Amino acid sequence: MDLINFEATELRLGLPGSTDEQPEIKSTPSPVKTNKRSSSKMDSSVPDEQDSSRSPPAKTQVVGWPPVRSYRKNILQGKKSEPESGSGMYVKVSMDGAPYLRKVDLKVYKGYGELMKGLQEMFKCIVGLYSEMEGYKSEYAPTYEDKDGDWMLVGDVPWDMFLTSCTRLRIMKSCDVIES
Amino acid sequence: MRWMTERMAASAGMDIPVFPGPGHHQDPQDPGDFVVFQRLLPAMAYSFPEEVFEHVLSFLTSQKDRNSVSLVCKSWYEMERWCRKRIFVGNCYAVNPRIMIRRFPELKSVELKGKPHFADFNLVPEGWGGFVLPWIVEIAKGYPMLEEIKLKRMVVTDDCLELISKAFRNFKVLILSSCEGFSTDGLAAIAANCRNLRVLDLRECEVEELSGHWLSHFPDSFTSLETLNMACLSTEVSFSALERLVSRSPNLKTLRLNRNVPLEKLSKLLQRAPRLVDFGTGAYSAEIRSDVYSSLADAFSGCKKLNSLSGFWDVVPAYLPAVYSVCSRLTSLNLSYATVQSPDLSKIISQCHNLQRLVVLDYIEDSGLDTLAMSCKDLRELVVFPSDPFVADANVQLTEQGLVSVSQGCSKLQSVLYFCRQMSNSALISISKNRPNLTCFRLCILEPRAPDYLTLEPLDIGFGAIVENCKQLTRLSMSGLLTDRVFEYIGTHAKKLDMLSIAFAGESDLGLHHVLSGCESLRKLEIRDCPFGDKALLANASKLETMRSLWMSSCSVSFGACKLLGHKMPRLNVEVIDERENLNSLPDSAHVEKVYIYRTVSGQRFDMPDFVRIMGKDRDEMSNLS
Repeated sequence: MDLINFEATELRLGLPGSTDEQPEIKSTPSPVKTNKRSSSKMDSSVPDEQDSSRSPPAKTQVVGWPPVRSYRKNILQGKKSEPESGSGMYVKVSMDGAPYLRKVDLKVYKGYGELMKGLQEMFKCIVGLYSEMEGYKSEYAPTYEDKDGDWMLVGDVPWDMFLTSCTRLRIMKSCDVIES
Repeated sequence: MRWMTERMAASAGMDIPVFPGPGHHQDPQDPGDFVVFQRLLPAMAYSFPEEVFEHVLSFLTSQKDRNSVSLVCKSWYEMERWCRKRIFVGNCYAVNPRIMIRRFPELKSVELKGKPHFADFNLVPEGWGGFVLPWIVEIAKGYPMLEEIKLKRMVVTDDCLELISKAFRNFKVLILSSCEGFSTDGLAAIAANCRNLRVLDLRECEVEELSGHWLSHFPDSFTSLETLNMACLSTEVSFSALERLVSRSPNLKTLRLNRNVPLEKLSKLLQRAPRLVDFGTGAYSAEIRSDVYSSLADAFSGCKKLNSLSGFWDVVPAYLPAVYSVCSRLTSLNLSYATVQSPDLSKIISQCHNLQRLVVLDYIEDSGLDTLAMSCKDLRELVVFPSDPFVADANVQLTEQGLVSVSQGCSKLQSVLYFCRQMSNSALISISKNRPNLTCFRLCILEPRAPDYLTLEPLDIGFGAIVENCKQLTRLSMSGLLTDRVFEYIGTHAKKLDMLSIAFAGESDLGLHHVLSGCESLRKLEIRDCPFGDKALLANASKLETMRSLWMSSCSVSFGACKLLGHKMPRLNVEVIDERENLNSLPDSAHVEKVYIYRTVSGQRFDMPDFVRIMGKDRDEMSNLS
């Protein structure tokens, strides 16, 4: 499960050296439910954990809900991905110092681990996730731009939420991350 | 039609006043002709030769009317079947092609539907069925002069397309709607071989894109194209091939491009096709350049017959005014890929005084819908899709108010599909009172089981008002918090309801029972995630034979009930669709994942994957039931 993985990498929102703060866990406001049955199948295992300081929380995804055809779901990502269903979610990847950008299909990866491996192969470098104790494992740190245009550190949010909010990736030099 | 029956009556020496009957069927094109026809029956039956009868029948286009004619007597059945030219089969498993060919030997047009509607939302597993190849094989043998094939939600392979392209000498129209299973190679076969093709219309299909080269397979001698819709394709076709094709198609009326055709090239195409009626752009973005802009604007204004626009992916707002010259003529506008803000949308909409159909994203917001209500008095249909369906708060000011405004301002509004994040009973009641002429009302509140956001009550009375006031309602989709009460209202009032979609609603079997026992015209019922189970289903088993189909997924229907239903109702196929591994060891009391029940005269089907089982037809299975 993705949740277990990201806990293991001990990612934090703050800069190294800042106090250990747990992201606030807040469920999406649930409507008054007289029908207690939750018979719907959950597509992903993402629970309603949200960080209140984040961009709007992604909803727990239920198969086939809301009833929108697949090719309509990626409209906001539209500039990056293809209009048809199941044909990938391509985002641009830039790496500091590299002369040109690449594109990766996020749908191909099942989690952060695989994404990191994929990026490593692509850029022939070691890209590591940041950890509180060990600092940056490598020279480079992965960041991404979300729908609000903010640059975020990769790895904080559940994978599925990352998929819906990531619009591009940037592999920064770790030293730049620390200073910014 | 009327004058002919009057003359026939007169020449038969009858003085029957021929007046339009109340019309017991729903086809707006034939309001009362058949009733008139019935009144002349006694005199006509022996007075007129078959040729005359067939000529008269040729004016009856609605399938319902023709079906009624065929029920009058044996000789009418015979005469009718020999001259029927078009057939519509709403469920490809309800009948088989041999039966169809035997009964109707002279068809020119076949329309088939395959998968149930919820397949659009990934609720029908891959491989379920809807394979059209067996139909095409039979049709190729039975109707060599076939001209039209229309398919919806079917699996169409390249072999099918190749067969179609070679089997029918006079093939003219291919419309594939929400189909999958074919590649651009299949399209190449159609392009290369169908000499008389008029329509190639790919609506929201999933096509395996091997290359854009298929378009170049239309020979230079091919000039009969009237409609080309390739909007759902994502590979680039050769622009020069496209331009040449358009140039040599003087009858081209509909052209819907795919996203890859750049904006800079649109004016060239439009100049070559000034008689276009329906145009879909590609990606509507380019560097802002005045020469590009002005040639585009000129090209649009040169198309004097244009009344329908779509496409508009990746819109750069600066280029939107290029379409202004067309706005006053537009009857249909689809901006559902245009991620532009409400003011830009409003500027266009406010000029579309003849607009009848608008499809748009929730970026239009309530303010844009106010503009719509004020400017588009001829509006018949409104569709608002969510731009970001998976976030709780999309920061888009679209609420129930927008829909209420449109219902107030647009007196001809008949059809609504609206996605929003909040709704209230009072808004629904207002809408129902403003627009009693609604025929299709589909409301999707994004959060399942969301109550009236003002009172926190269920939305029962709101939807109740809709079915009570909108007496012509034929299609309804509901959402939000709903108890069994709403189903009582529906069963009581929704007498013309043909299709009903329910999700995350109801409390008990009583809800389902109200619908099945009360809705006299119901033909299609689709339900997901509702606590409906065996009792209502079994109590209303005979109702199911009067319907096309019933879909229930993530409900409380048991294996045992499915077996019993399948056994008791030989003319129904009760399909259990369940992807769990140890299906055979599950007890009768276990709930099935999905069940799809439909009436059929062709019996069992034999193309099922292992996760689909038709229940109750096997004697061994039944021996375990008491």
